[in-house]
Amino acid sequence: MWWRFRKHRLAVVAGIVILAFYASVIGADFLAYADPHLSEAQRSLLPPQPIHLFDEGGLNPYVYALKGKRDPVTFKRVYAPDPNEKIPVRLFAHGFEYKLLGLIPTDVHLIGVEGAKAEETLFLLGTDLQGRDLWSRLMYGTRLSMTIGLTSVALSLFLGVLLGGLSGFYGGVADTVIQRIIEILRSVPTIPLWMGLAAALPQDWDITRVYFAITLIISLIGWTELARVVRGRFLSLREEDFVMAAELAGCSRFRIIFRHMVPSFLSHIIAATTLALPAMIISETSLSFLGLGLRPPAISWGVLLQQAQNIQTVAISPWLLYPSIPVIVAVLAFNFLGDGLRDAADPYGI
Amino acid sequence: MLGYIVRRLLLACLTVWAISVLSFTIIQLPPGDYVTSYIAQMAASGSLVSQEEAQNLRLLYGLDQPMYVQYLKWMGLIAQGNFGMAMEWGRPVLDVIGDRIWLTVAVSVAAIIFTWVVALPIGIYSAVRQYSLGDYVFTFVGFIGLAIPGFMLALILMYFGFVLFNANIGGLFSPEYLEAPWSIGKLWDLIKHLPLPALILGLAGTAQMIRIMRANLLDELRKPYVVAARARGLSETRVILKYPVRVALNPFASTIGYLFPYVVSGSIIVSLVLSLPTVGPMLLKALIAQDMFLAGTIILLLGVMTVIGTLISDLILMWIDPRIRLGGK
Repeated sequence: MWWRFRKHRLAVVAGIVILAFYASVIGADFLAYADPHLSEAQRSLLPPQPIHLFDEGGLNPYVYALKGKRDPVTFKRVYAPDPNEKIPVRLFAHGFEYKLLGLIPTDVHLIGVEGAKAEETLFLLGTDLQGRDLWSRLMYGTRLSMTIGLTSVALSLFLGVLLGGLSGFYGGVADTVIQRIIEILRSVPTIPLWMGLAAALPQDWDITRVYFAITLIISLIGWTELARVVRGRFLSLREEDFVMAAELAGCSRFRIIFRHMVPSFLSHIIAATTLALPAMIISETSLSFLGLGLRPPAISWGVLLQQAQNIQTVAISPWLLYPSIPVIVAVLAFNFLGDGLRDAADPYGI
Repeated sequence: MLGYIVRRLLLACLTVWAISVLSFTIIQLPPGDYVTSYIAQMAASGSLVSQEEAQNLRLLYGLDQPMYVQYLKWMGLIAQGNFGMAMEWGRPVLDVIGDRIWLTVAVSVAAIIFTWVVALPIGIYSAVRQYSLGDYVFTFVGFIGLAIPGFMLALILMYFGFVLFNANIGGLFSPEYLEAPWSIGKLWDLIKHLPLPALILGLAGTAQMIRIMRANLLDELRKPYVVAARARGLSETRVILKYPVRVALNPFASTIGYLFPYVVSGSIIVSLVLSLPTVGPMLLKALIAQDMFLAGTIILLLGVMTVIGTLISDLILMWIDPRIRLGGK
């Protein structure tokens, strides 16, 4: 399977992209340079700040310092880049403190500025309404959005394999009932249903509980596709000789299923799971975008995009749309990877 | 054939029932009821609701009875065409929903039509001219369409509409028709506004359809009967359109059933972004206010609408596919 997969160039590239995403999930604190929750109302909606790479004839990256000024008309304090003051940007600079991998306390970040606090000058992707650095928030958002996809897919995989397996292996009444349930669930428009379920979550729950509740809600409806794949596999494998042989040899049902049948369609399940992931990610993003999924202070792609709901705001500060880029890239990559895996897993493939 | 229709109808009824129970439970899930949130709302605006008043409100809306009684009451009222009161608005639910449900239907159907009209020719083209430049372009666009959730596409299009043309592309009516009663002019205005939501809603489905159509047609095109038809000197259009396309349409039609719920649920969130006057924004508001009759009715109506749409697509499938029509299953 592996060598067949490798021939699928696009899928390999997609796989690398996915790995990069998960690497940034692990290293979110390291990649971010500003505390994602630190807000400063006066710095709200600052445009992205480009890093100037060359200075004084050599590679010497810097950004312009931000100077606060009083607006002569509105008397509001506004920040604008000051071309006279350059602040050097350094790799592996010191910033806010965090625990690497949740264990090692450190304050080293991939990039940072020298002689000033990163929170005050460096805004690679600009700031949001509350003046929080978008790049750093995006890093943390990636962590939550990518893991919520994984956990909900794991849950629906469990449900799908269990119910699909029951349905395919036993057949009869169980099969009919489960198939009808799947048909009903699939003919219900999912977003209103999700909205209803998500709106039912108590407002005072903390992030972790909301997180798991949302995972549960998404996977409650997402398991149907996986169940269909598993059932189909079970139905076709049940007639195979090796299953019959195992049965005659006196294996228990449990052993037949998990020792003999599951391994033979594991690759299909992996492919189906990969293809199910993007749907989960989109679901979470949509729900949070509506304000019914994860809620601030939790940070996810959908929560970030919530600020882009108002078209007037977006027209003035288009960088608020940046969080949609990782969503699209991740979903595309998962789709390509899943396609590649499915082709590789298909014994009748070319 | 009759058996098939009866089976479908039974399943549809079962689905509607399941949806009604689901929507009712959903509304019951949050702690507290409408009166609790009404009191909170009143307190926020400075006026207090006495214990007695709250009790009277609960009695009025039947909130003090056990849940299954409330459910049965609700169902009984629906059977009489009375969907209850939208408590927040103080008006019957049907009045509040009004045109919105039909506009939701219009938007969804427009999206489905868009999907068919676009996916069919492109699918055929991609299969007949496999690996041509056009095929690659469409495959690429299709993948992008699959990857971008509808609401995001709506956001991005609105942004460009705003920046490039300085026009707000949201909404379903021009300002002058917004409050106007229905007329030919208003209908035409609606039709002029439909293509964009249809494009946004239909793109993901279109991408999927193109892929299915392409794969099916490719399988068919390799079969000997196509060669035979060609050998007999039929024109190329006739060879392709008359036989292989017809066969390839089968799985195409069977996926319509899943397309419809997908489009309807997408329309909810896209409506919010584009501020379309469908039931979407209203559902969100009702859910936040815990307006149980309104939210429940919207979810129920959406569900019923989906079931009807699925049923229609099943009938179309039956019409296209003789294997189903002749009952051989």
